[in-house]
Amino acid sequence: MNVDSIQNGIVIDHLKAGYGMRLYELLGLSDPELTVAIMKNVTSHKLGRKDIIKIDGITDVDLDVIGFVDPDATVNIIRDGRLIEKKSIEAPERLTNVLRCKNPRCISTTEQELPQIFVLSDRKTKTYRCLYCETRAEK
Amino acid sequence: MRSVIDILDLSTEELSELIKTAEDIIANPEKYQEVCRHKKLATLFFEPSTRTRLSFEAAMYELGGNVLSVSSAGSSSAAKGESVADTAKTVSCYADIIAMRHPKEGAAYVAAQNAGVPVINAGDGGHLHPTQTLADLLTIWREKGRFTGLTIGLCGDLKFGRTVHSLIAAMSRYEGNRFVLISPEELKVPSYVKNILKEQNIPYEQTEDLMSVIGDLDILYMTRVQRERFFNEEDYLRLKDSYILTPEKMNEAKADLAVMHPLPRVNEISVAIDKDPRACYFKQVLNGKYMRMALILKLLYEAGTLKELPERSRA
Repeated sequence: MNVDSIQNGIVIDHLKAGYGMRLYELLGLSDPELTVAIMKNVTSHKLGRKDIIKIDGITDVDLDVIGFVDPDATVNIIRDGRLIEKKSIEAPERLTNVLRCKNPRCISTTEQELPQIFVLSDRKTKTYRCLYCETRAEK
Repeated sequence: MRSVIDILDLSTEELSELIKTAEDIIANPEKYQEVCRHKKLATLFFEPSTRTRLSFEAAMYELGGNVLSVSSAGSSSAAKGESVADTAKTVSCYADIIAMRHPKEGAAYVAAQNAGVPVINAGDGGHLHPTQTLADLLTIWREKGRFTGLTIGLCGDLKFGRTVHSLIAAMSRYEGNRFVLISPEELKVPSYVKNILKEQNIPYEQTEDLMSVIGDLDILYMTRVQRERFFNEEDYLRLKDSYILTPEKMNEAKADLAVMHPLPRVNEISVAIDKDPRACYFKQVLNGKYMRMALILKLLYEAGTLKELPERSRA
């Protein structure tokens, strides 16, 4: 299967297979104005199987969101058809207004004006917890 | 502004200072009876809890201070839809320190972020209740004389029992303790609490059978299976009588076991045990008041509201 290479945009590569759609959703890529290709479950020398997202026309995405979903992903910035930068990704300490707390007893679920903040509580397992109630975030 | 939301906001050194202050208050109450003169504590209780509120209010009165009180969500601005943040900002204009209980988890944190005065978390839903843990710690200290090398049994509702989670977190910071977690399958400690033990290689065992372990324990911390923490009545009725401590069971326990309970109890400790010298739960109530006094003093002093504290007598 072939997808045309992009002229200006971002390629998020080496995503663990199965994480592509979740990242698509969290990055807000369903915006009808955006041109996006998702390739899921493609063969990879490094991972066996991987997902890839190509976004045409924009070069800034929230790297923290990518770091939350898969800190081992690679992000390539393409300009005029050429790779101009590889961004390094790591799991962010804090995620603001990306996820919503699912705990119905959490203060952030009743007080809508509160920012939704998740904090990295365990770097080894990449576990994030709600700042307010410590409920674990779902990947 | 220094607030106390989680027992882990206090270092072990600070805990030991609070315990020293509490013991000095117990020994010399007259020295403290005017310390908070003209200072005001606001008790904001958006969830019913008579005993915790009374304990805070008694603590402030015994320090010579005054109390402003909101005792139910229905009669307060929260009923009109005011946010916790706005309530905290408003009450900061009236009071020198706030003790807050709220049914939502994280509410006290939000209050502390917005208040201009220290906030003490007096319970945020099923999440944290640090001053109960202060009561528990003073009780363990006074009964055992140490925080190390203890076998601590926790029994009953270990899933929703926030006092259990805080006590485990607090006692994990001391050397040589071992935890025995006694509960039905449905009410086991949540994984994040168990992780505290696992990460630090602290020995613990989980069991459903109180009798198989009661003889090993130095401390038995009983908890109530709380109706308000359940989503449905059926589960509550099925599980509430799971673990009841009776004099017969106490025969198998060590002679110096300390039986603790955050209270109120329903029927999980039979009344006959109240006369047993090993029953410490009413002492715990009193210890809670002394630790709240010590904490109020500490926070008001750190906020600059109190310029000096009485010098502690040498023990």
